[in-house]
Amino acid sequence: MKAFFDWADQRTGYKKLVHETLYENVPGGARWRYVWGSTLAFCFSIQVITGLALWVAYSAGSQTAWESVYYIQHEMWGGWFLRGLHHYTAQAMTVLLVFHLMQVVIDGAYKAPREINFWSGVVLLLLVLALSLTGYLLPWDQKGFWATKVATSIAAITPFIGPELQKLIVGGSDYGHHTLTRFFALHAGIIPGAMVAFIVAHIYLFRRHGLTPKEPRRRPDAAFWPDQVLRDAVACLAVLLVVVFFIIRYRGAELGAPADASEQFSAARPEWYFLFLFQLLKYFPGGTEIWGAIIIPALLMGVLVAMPFVGNWKLGHRFNVGFLWAMLAGVGLLTYLARTEDAASPEFILAVQSAERDAARVIVLAQSPDGIPTAGAVTLLRNDALTQGPKLFAKNCASCHRYDGHDGLGSQPKDKISASDLKGFASREWIAGLLDPARVDSLHYFGGSKQKTGKMVKFVKEDIAEFDAAQKAQLQKLIVGLSAEAGLKAQSAADTRDAVVIAEGRKLVSSTAMNCTDCHKFHTAGTDDPSAPDLTGYGSREWLLAFISDPSHARFYGERNDRMPAYGPDKILTAAEIGLVTDWLRGEWYEPKADPLPNLIPPPRRASPK
Amino acid sequence: MAFQDCPHCPPPTPPEDRRSFLTKAAAIIIGGALAITAPIAGLFVFLDPLRRKSDSGGAVLVASLNALPENGEPRKFSVLATRVDAWNRSPNVPIGAVYLQRVGDKVRALNVVCPHAGCFVDYRGAKNHFFCPCHNSSFALDGQVQDPKSPSPRGLDNLVVEIRNGTEVWVKFQNFRAGTHDKIPV
Repeated sequence: MKAFFDWADQRTGYKKLVHETLYENVPGGARWRYVWGSTLAFCFSIQVITGLALWVAYSAGSQTAWESVYYIQHEMWGGWFLRGLHHYTAQAMTVLLVFHLMQVVIDGAYKAPREINFWSGVVLLLLVLALSLTGYLLPWDQKGFWATKVATSIAAITPFIGPELQKLIVGGSDYGHHTLTRFFALHAGIIPGAMVAFIVAHIYLFRRHGLTPKEPRRRPDAAFWPDQVLRDAVACLAVLLVVVFFIIRYRGAELGAPADASEQFSAARPEWYFLFLFQLLKYFPGGTEIWGAIIIPALLMGVLVAMPFVGNWKLGHRFNVGFLWAMLAGVGLLTYLARTEDAASPEFILAVQSAERDAARVIVLAQSPDGIPTAGAVTLLRNDALTQGPKLFAKNCASCHRYDGHDGLGSQPKDKISASDLKGFASREWIAGLLDPARVDSLHYFGGSKQKTGKMVKFVKEDIAEFDAAQKAQLQKLIVGLSAEAGLKAQSAADTRDAVVIAEGRKLVSSTAMNCTDCHKFHTAGTDDPSAPDLTGYGSREWLLAFISDPSHARFYGERNDRMPAYGPDKILTAAEIGLVTDWLRGEWYEPKADPLPNLIPPPRRASPK
Repeated sequence: MAFQDCPHCPPPTPPEDRRSFLTKAAAIIIGGALAITAPIAGLFVFLDPLRRKSDSGGAVLVASLNALPENGEPRKFSVLATRVDAWNRSPNVPIGAVYLQRVGDKVRALNVVCPHAGCFVDYRGAKNHFFCPCHNSSFALDGQVQDPKSPSPRGLDNLVVEIRNGTEVWVKFQNFRAGTHDKIPV
């Protein structure tokens, strides 16, 4: 064995190299304050390895980026852990960079003859931030998409070259495949390549000038190995443990809903360590944002770069240390303000909830038997009644109607309720309420609309109110029979069970005893010229589609229609949109069957770190 | 102390050395743990394909019997089925192709993929055989290797065929490992 090592040494000289590496002099002996550079090197190596492993499964393209990340996160062996390791180590790296910079400045390690090494470190700091920025977009989820749009729009206000610069970064005039291929090339090739070059230079220069000892020296000089190595290793272990804690706590990195340029996303925020810049931009009124976005950050970087020169002056070092602390305090304050403003904004909280809902929903749809179509996962949410129904309802219906008292999305619309609350429309409970003399003219039903003075309300309040016990029992059956017309998913078990009652109920709707068919039509019963909506298939998909499309049609309210627009013929909504609202109101959307076999690896479920 | 009673034992280690040994051991152990974490996490994802099984579904309708010439000449047909490609699931897309030919009142189905190295074989009407354009394997109409000099280790892969409702030709479409004597499904 020794012969082999000697053979190899003669040809490579590795022993000398190893010796130089391990027996580097540490003036004043090993100290904890020297660990930061090593922790950063460790983080970088983790990023390279995990990055390459992610690359094996990542596909940069606007129909495949989110999808491949979804696949890594939810389908591949330990993919959630790998992604988490990459994601949280990136964040750790930013924090450690600050520690490293502080230690270098406080200990005066930036002064002559180490200026160039200091500047190479500043370049590395910028490269790490560039990696964060480019990596944030790659999953192509709503958060990364909208946050990066802000960043590239800021690039466009750069004097002289702004618009061209933006086009070059985005890979065209709009976001698409080439945005991803370019960001990916930057993130996985160009920037890491530059980093390797700068790290080599940084370590070479560090070795050339040696460590800057913290005075006073407490112990005699010692070799790097083993005492400082152990301290470095323990520090790296601590970093790794913190990262693993976050991975386990949040089951890997967040993955939002797929990017959709047509879908509002008010929860867009940059990664937390860029929040101070985000906040800073709020203070610059229109036309002056170049100050917050470019000039001030550039000036601060300028001061940082000038530190080695400033440090030569009498009070220069104190100024540098003070400046750094002040800058950190400013960044901290701005970050704090950004956080508290968001935490106090109900709109932002709702937007985050909606984002989390969409993110969770799209995973359910992606895991459905239909899987993800080649058009991309973004179509899953666009065609999902549970996702789109409430949004369409809030926008088009909630100025009059309500859904369980709100606008479908949990907010209160500006206008007071003036048409029925449609939660559970055509269900037994809903019809029972409509036929309840105490409730029919409440705001929940006809109280807010023209129908309040109509024949139906009059009939319920006068005739039904007078019903005797036998008639009330018949009414119950009628309700069950009429509600069965809708064929609601939520009632399918009850409808199957109550087939006999339903048959009786349907007969009662048609019978003259209950008077329904005086005004309504029901299958073959009733007048051919009805003055009230046709009850045949009441609440069924076909019925509701036709109703929303044109409530003024003779089959429904005819000219008695109150204010409801003809969404179909007037082209307010497309047929597909009417279908989505209809399906949502009827409770028809994909729900996964309970997984009979528990997955060996727990499916990653997470709430985003607050 | 015990080792003082033992004449062959080495003299006690000085505390400084022992401390240094512990430091070195700890540094190596922790360093090792740090070094393997990321590669192991990456390796799991890298090895993920090993647990993926091919989706050999049931039979699919490929053609109508009427589309096959009475004289037994082979005709090529695409096989449409649900293709699962990692995260994408695409119903009713071509996942491969087969040669179908009448053999009496039965139908023979051959996978178009050459068992040698996976190229797409041609049917050559003039010579009435199948020919692989990559390495010149030739196959008889029944799929057997025709020329003993053919590099293919086995004949074209026969697929299970079912005739349903009199005219529907259903094929259980499968791909097999190339380069082996035996027909091993992939």
